[in-house]
Amino acid sequence: MSSSASGSIALSSGSTGRAAPRGAPSADGAARARKLGVRTIALGYLALLLLAPVAMIFYRTFEHGLTPVWNAVSEPNAQHAFWLSLEIVAIAVPLNTVFGIGMALLLERGRFKGKALLGLLIDLPFAISPVVIGLALVLAYGKTGWLGDWLAENGIQVIFSVPGMVIATAIVSLPFVARETIPVLRELGTDAEQAASTLGASGWQTFWRITLPGIRWGVVYGVVLTTARALGEFGAVSIVSGRIEGETQTLPLYVQARFENFDITGAYTAAVVLALLAFATLVAMNLLTRRTRAETIA
Amino acid sequence: MAIEARHVSKRFGTFTALDDVSVTVDDGALMALLGPSGSGKSTLLRIIAGLETPDEGEVVIGGEQVTDTPARSRGVGFVFQHYAPFKHMTVHDNVAFGLSVRRRPKAEIEARVKELLGLVRLDGLAERYPSQLSGGQLQRMALARALAVQPKVLLLDEPFGALDAQVRGELREWLRRLHEEIHVTTIFVTHDQEEAMEVAEQIVVMNKGRIEQTGTPRDLYESPSNEFVMSFIGPVNRIGDAYVRPHDVEILAHDDGSATEALIKRVVHLGFEVRVELTLPDGRDISAQVTRANAAELELHEGQILPVRLPRPRVFAA
Amino acid sequence: MVGARGGSVLGKGLLGIYLSVLVLLPVAALLAKSGTGGTSQFWREISNPEAVAAIKLTLIISAIVVLINAIFGTIIAWVLVRDEFPGKRIVNALIDLPFALPTIVAGVVLLALYGKGSPVGIDVAFTRAAIVLALLFVTLPFVVRSVQPVLHELDVSMEEAAESLGAGPLTVLRRIVLPSLAPAIISGVALSFARAVGEFGSLVLITGNLPFKTEVGSVYVFGQIQNENLPAAAAVSVVLLVAALVVLAALTLLSRWRSKHVL
Repeated sequence: MSSSASGSIALSSGSTGRAAPRGAPSADGAARARKLGVRTIALGYLALLLLAPVAMIFYRTFEHGLTPVWNAVSEPNAQHAFWLSLEIVAIAVPLNTVFGIGMALLLERGRFKGKALLGLLIDLPFAISPVVIGLALVLAYGKTGWLGDWLAENGIQVIFSVPGMVIATAIVSLPFVARETIPVLRELGTDAEQAASTLGASGWQTFWRITLPGIRWGVVYGVVLTTARALGEFGAVSIVSGRIEGETQTLPLYVQARFENFDITGAYTAAVVLALLAFATLVAMNLLTRRTRAETIA
Repeated sequence: MAIEARHVSKRFGTFTALDDVSVTVDDGALMALLGPSGSGKSTLLRIIAGLETPDEGEVVIGGEQVTDTPARSRGVGFVFQHYAPFKHMTVHDNVAFGLSVRRRPKAEIEARVKELLGLVRLDGLAERYPSQLSGGQLQRMALARALAVQPKVLLLDEPFGALDAQVRGELREWLRRLHEEIHVTTIFVTHDQEEAMEVAEQIVVMNKGRIEQTGTPRDLYESPSNEFVMSFIGPVNRIGDAYVRPHDVEILAHDDGSATEALIKRVVHLGFEVRVELTLPDGRDISAQVTRANAAELELHEGQILPVRLPRPRVFAA
Repeated sequence: MVGARGGSVLGKGLLGIYLSVLVLLPVAALLAKSGTGGTSQFWREISNPEAVAAIKLTLIISAIVVLINAIFGTIIAWVLVRDEFPGKRIVNALIDLPFALPTIVAGVVLLALYGKGSPVGIDVAFTRAAIVLALLFVTLPFVVRSVQPVLHELDVSMEEAAESLGAGPLTVLRRIVLPSLAPAIISGVALSFARAVGEFGSLVLITGNLPFKTEVGSVYVFGQIQNENLPAAAAVSVVLLVAALVVLAALTLLSRWRSKHVL
């Protein structure tokens, strides 16, 4: 019985693939020339806008060998900026991950009034200029801001110190985890969660053992995007940090400071470090997309 | 354990899914909830399981009031229409889930999983993932998973709906035998009257959020209490306000005085049985069902005019 | 969700606090600041000639950038879906580079090739062309990434049918392909526009921030914050925010309208 069952099922699910011979038969000379022309335009545009400038900075950074790069990297302020950036990421990203999953659950599974408003609120940081976010934080938490007096009384400094920079970073990277998790959550459906509950699992057990494993790749993808955005944030952090060298200077701020002080090697080296992290992000994104695609097909 | 739903109502927005429905399922029974889609049968099943809360009414399982008990504490086994496999877990871990959230000793879990995989004939597939199973295997895994926690009652939502015809037939028979073996009170939902008649001991026919009739398959077929049940359970001819089963239409070799004449429009051979489409003198079309032997004997063919007897047509009060 | 009612109430509370600290409170403070002096002061702040010039420049350049994006973004998406060539997967992955690369690095990178001492002899530093270049860089992925999936789902047989009916390649493009892609292009354009209007990091180094010449809205706001002229900064911030929101709201309405009328 089981053999006949698996045979017929496999047969019916195997015929879903779509095999469309894309424009293969009509590829006469003119069509091929057109295709080649369009390809040249597209790749040329990408080369001039993206590839050449990025390649150039790698070349410029390493053109005098590794010694100046090594010196630039071991510069104490550069080191400090690097570790400060990591510190901020290490606080902001986990916060946004936890709350991002929470927001996704609330938006996808919850039934309450004002759901559309919550969705809008979460997406708002994508529509606001980082500079405006920085200003809004100064107006809320700065010395003359709404909570300025209260914060000062309690000895909490937000603006011109790490807490403000963490908040700024968290805002600009707020939407990613929720936005990447929501579609996966929708795809996952509620059947498995309900099945778990009929089997005696509590809400927490269902979340940890069924929901979270089901959405994990969506979450991880969101985390990668959050991390990239958090690591590179410039405008908002630039305003709330006060840009004190060796104290509140993150790596992107360090790039600007070095560049404006005509320390081109220092600026390029830090920029290359950030660019390498960006490439790592791209690789991670691609591996994850392939992984999720493989899983949804299976 | 016996299951009782008393005066249950449920609305979704303006749609009334269940309208004052009461059902009793005896301990150890195998019952089908049968009805077209939108009849409220799945909603009733989900309310019994605790996956939906009724607007009004109560649910009693084994004499115990469970209306406000969450699904996880009701002790029901539920098999979902699309099986709801835990895709990231192996077959073994799927079946073990209910025991492991109850923090049972490992040895006990292993023994129980092994026993169940044997029962549903999935031994050897324990380390597979759901994506590597066929529909019929998934179905049996879902059943094993639900049975692992020794539920007081077993609830199945369209258990065979997503399978192809052959597998469906095999699983029906297997479910029946399984029920004889373990004797847990079982309710399953289906829209397929043949499936309900073949598997269940008792059938509840539902339509538009209400119960039309409850009875054994034979009761429903032979004495339907209204025209919905009559036309939903088995094929039917409608002649004015009267209803006649095709197999009750007799095609005679010779008129004995009690028959009317009919013209054969079409003869359809369906294996053992033969469906004959007829036109009566008043222009109405009806169909009759005869055996292959009977058809051969009468030498039925299109265009033939033969005497036909329509015994005891059934009329339901409107 | 089933169960864990207590936990979910606690969770909702924490979430509310988090969103309040991060978004609600700061945005409210911004709106309050821009309105403290009443409408007349708000009007005075945004009708300051330097502010007007910055806002105008932002909107005009964003519009130009978005137009170029619409064209090249669609072409790139077409090549990535319909064309086959070695290294396509890598090119496809590289499209997201501007999202992954910190904006300040984007500015540095563009200056390295198209700035002072350019090895190719092009120096756009401190010009309006530099703004266009930087904005094209940072908004590149939007149109490509929204057109790509739609183009992928687009049935080739529709185009083949048009061809079999005697349509030339341009007619097929104009009458069959572009109308199907239009919603995706518009959606990408709207996202690019919102991003371009607020962009700051990539412009700081490359434009020189010359008032009336290369000073865009976000840079003007930044300057006013440095000068501690917070009312002016807040007023122009609100204008930038509204511009981005209007475009995004229009996009939402458009897609809602479309899903009602096409599906």
